[in-house]
Amino acid sequence: MSYLDYNLRTTPTGLRKILHLNWALVLLICAVASAGFLMLYSVAGGSLTPWAEPQMKRFAAGMILMFIVAMIPLWFWRTMAVPAYLGSLVLLLAVEFFGETRMGAQRWVDLGFMRLQPSELTKITLVMMLAAYYDWLDIKKTSHPFWVALPVVLILLPTFLVIKQPDLGTSLLLVVGGGITMFVAGVHWLYFTVVTGLGAGLVTAVFTSRGTPWQLLKDYQYRRIDTFLDPSQDPLGAGYHITQSKIALGSGGWTGRGFMQGTQSRLNFLPEKQTDFIFTTLAEEFGFVGGFTLLSLYALIEIFCITSALRNRDRFGAILTLGIGATFFLFFAVNMSMVMGLAPVVGVPLPLVSYGGSAMLVLLGAFGLVQSAHVHRPRGSV
Amino acid sequence: MSRTPRDNAISTRTIGRRSLVLGGAQLAFMGLLGLRMRHLQVEQADQFRLLAEENRINIRLIPPERGLIFDRNGVPIATNEQNYRVTIVREDAGDVEEVIARLSRLIELEEGEIERTLREVERRSAFVPVTVTDRLTWEELSKVAVNAPTLPGITSEVGLSRRYPMAEDFAHIVGYVGPVSDYDLGRIEDPDPLLQIPEFQIGKIGVESKMEQDLRGSSGNRRIEVNSVGRVMRELDRQEGKPGSDLQLTIDHRLQNFVQARMTGESAAAVVMDTQTGDILAIGSAPSFDPNKFVRGISTADYAELTENKYRPLANKSVQGAYPPGSTFKMVTALAALEAGVLEHDETVFCPGYYDLGNRRFHCWKRGGHGRTDLNKSLMESCDVFYYDISQRVGIDKITEMARRLGLGQRFDLPMSAVAEGLTPSREWKRTRRGEEWLLGDTLNSSIGQGFVLASPLQLAVMTARLASGTAVSPRLIRSVNGVEQKVEPPEGLGIPSRHLNAIRRGMISVSNHRRGTAFGSRIEAEAMRMAGKTGTSQVRSITTEERAQGVFRNEDLPWERRDHALFVSYAPHDNPRIACSVVVEHGGGGSTAAAPIARDIVLQALYEGLPPLSAYPANQRRMIEERQKSLPLRDFEPPVPTGRSRA
Repeated sequence: MSYLDYNLRTTPTGLRKILHLNWALVLLICAVASAGFLMLYSVAGGSLTPWAEPQMKRFAAGMILMFIVAMIPLWFWRTMAVPAYLGSLVLLLAVEFFGETRMGAQRWVDLGFMRLQPSELTKITLVMMLAAYYDWLDIKKTSHPFWVALPVVLILLPTFLVIKQPDLGTSLLLVVGGGITMFVAGVHWLYFTVVTGLGAGLVTAVFTSRGTPWQLLKDYQYRRIDTFLDPSQDPLGAGYHITQSKIALGSGGWTGRGFMQGTQSRLNFLPEKQTDFIFTTLAEEFGFVGGFTLLSLYALIEIFCITSALRNRDRFGAILTLGIGATFFLFFAVNMSMVMGLAPVVGVPLPLVSYGGSAMLVLLGAFGLVQSAHVHRPRGSV
Repeated sequence: MSRTPRDNAISTRTIGRRSLVLGGAQLAFMGLLGLRMRHLQVEQADQFRLLAEENRINIRLIPPERGLIFDRNGVPIATNEQNYRVTIVREDAGDVEEVIARLSRLIELEEGEIERTLREVERRSAFVPVTVTDRLTWEELSKVAVNAPTLPGITSEVGLSRRYPMAEDFAHIVGYVGPVSDYDLGRIEDPDPLLQIPEFQIGKIGVESKMEQDLRGSSGNRRIEVNSVGRVMRELDRQEGKPGSDLQLTIDHRLQNFVQARMTGESAAAVVMDTQTGDILAIGSAPSFDPNKFVRGISTADYAELTENKYRPLANKSVQGAYPPGSTFKMVTALAALEAGVLEHDETVFCPGYYDLGNRRFHCWKRGGHGRTDLNKSLMESCDVFYYDISQRVGIDKITEMARRLGLGQRFDLPMSAVAEGLTPSREWKRTRRGEEWLLGDTLNSSIGQGFVLASPLQLAVMTARLASGTAVSPRLIRSVNGVEQKVEPPEGLGIPSRHLNAIRRGMISVSNHRRGTAFGSRIEAEAMRMAGKTGTSQVRSITTEERAQGVFRNEDLPWERRDHALFVSYAPHDNPRIACSVVVEHGGGGSTAAAPIARDIVLQALYEGLPPLSAYPANQRRMIEERQKSLPLRDFEPPVPTGRSRA
């Protein structure tokens, strides 16, 4: 694979690439991030510190990163897929041994100039790796059991390391994100049906065996699962957060209580108001209108990724775009389900909105990849 | 890797199909999220809005200022004193132990206080002020204020606490306040949420308790916004409460003080009443106690001292005590007989010193007898046989009826605790309560205020006031509530012909003015102030035949608990009665020796509105009186400054 593989006559070069970026996506990203700034300003009680201002700086840095990544030809990123994947595995191992512990979990590694959450990075490098793998693999072998087992190993390696941190949310995202990437690459339906069926069967077995002499888990383990699935059983512990979150959302009503008027977040009834639960503040202050607008912006970003992939005849570029789009989708879908009480509380931030450096930089870098795939897609007939 | 065009086409087609499936699934899920959002934010919005309000808004009560109590001249009896206390806030203090150690070098802290504070600080949230100590003096307070920079987290606050500047004098009248106990909550049906405030105090006994609803006022409230851990963020609005009503008593604080001081060393009670209006000018019970100790929370040792005292300082003898009235009841019997027409004004009865009823002999207190005795002499010398004789003629029914008309055997509606009803026995009463028939001997005993008859000092004072005024005057303790004078209906007449009343009054005047009167020693020399009265000595035991035979009759030879009660009722001035006074000295011996001198001093004090001149006393007693006046433990009062309402 080389630069010459691309059709030089139709692919823009130099600064002309800028004209071929998808500027609609850039605008969408800026709109979502701005909503984030507003909310961070609000939850700080009308102050740029401690959250809004650092977040803006990171966003600026992330946008620059996105443009740089977008300018670099896609073949470079394809060659980088393997080193990037291995690099992130090394970083995950580094976290395991040298990482900082915060809030009961080891997730951070100090790179000297910034503190990085390698698990965030891994979400993207895994997708890159899988896209490169399926680009490399003979299409006919895609559903061959051996060639299916190999990417499964590629997914499970970092998942295992992330579970050990422990970070259940991210590991779940890695598995599902990797699975979706395999799905769009064309792995046979049967595999997914079997895996989903086995999973469902196991869950059913676990739950139906409860209370019988041959139950699969110990009683206390069942109880833990119970509170995980239904936090309202533990109203002062896990359930407290979800209850308060639902109160915040619900009290927003149609149009919300007004900017900076959200009592739930301002009076600290919400947990993690600047990170995982920031959507509740938005929904409280801007109501259904505000929440639905944000959801629509996310949907537009998603639609862009899919249409861009549909128009892209380069296998790596298309799979990469869909994989990143799916990862992005999982981020906000899980986060919103969580704050609306549809899913258990797992630590997944709202992409581009929640306060946090690693996720922001990684996501904007990933959108740089999407833009690069978009800019460098093959033109004309092949 | 280069691919064949065919492979490329397959790849593109597969990815296209799969991405459409994926996109469809994603959009479907987002639709689900949107629906959920709609469900929470639109359909259930009202419910969640309510929950959010409940989360953030707390309502705090503002306790009203308790009403003050003044005497009839506007001198404060119960006040609200500013109480300075020192509190500590953990999050401001940092090292709590160090700060408290520094504080304890400035002001004196008790060992228990430090430990209690540290425990409390540990238990409460970091921002909640915890009281370290209270009732600081000005000096201590300024020490804390000056050293404020080295005492982070320490603030001084001011609250109100009840104070009784007259201490012992009004303990039995006004009572005291204290924190609301579980017992109180169970006893009173009072839904006022104020009672739930931890440091709120309510009246426990006396006026403080009986007039609680007037004194308390109504609470204000403030709505405050709190955050998730209960820290107050801001006040949303505030409604001030209504302070409690001020009360003005009919009591004169100087006279009250004199009454208490004069009874020092005795177990006694005295009541001074205005014969025209019924205003109670003084109502004392000795010994007394300091109600301020109860407000602060009395120590076990102090409380034990009060309960173990055989003189029962906690009992309010003036209204709670029910004593056989003894000879002070003789006016009742005489009036009943006069009104029934069974006794003529100039009729005489021969007293040989005893009276035989069947085979039972009733004795006169004077063993040799009084000889020929008329009504006047019977009161003046307190002849018992005279009353044995006339009581048989008039019968118990008429005596009881007359006693009731004069105020005995009924509970007066005074805002004081445990006001006794006393007892005026009747046939009906004995049948239902004792299951026995009324005997003629019972009538004889009742006629001289012994047997079943019981009366409180208050009732005796009312009886005397009614005799003196000829009207059915009733006692009154509250003069005004919040500046509004309490209406008194002019009392109705007793319906007793005045010539009968005058005959009784003549007898009472003789008691303390005639040379042979039982209270001649306690006469008043000042012409305009002369006093009429009646002594009473009531047995608390029956005298056995052997004792009588052996002549063991002297009170001084008996243990205190078995000695006779000494009573004296009086009114003055004799020709224009203004005040009535009753005195009971528990186990004091004789009415003429123990009770009458106290009554005379009180009456003079009341009439002169201060210490009387020695010339009011008989010449031979003046030296002794002067000594006693000097030794009386009277309170020093500022010249009386009538104050209206003064609030800090």
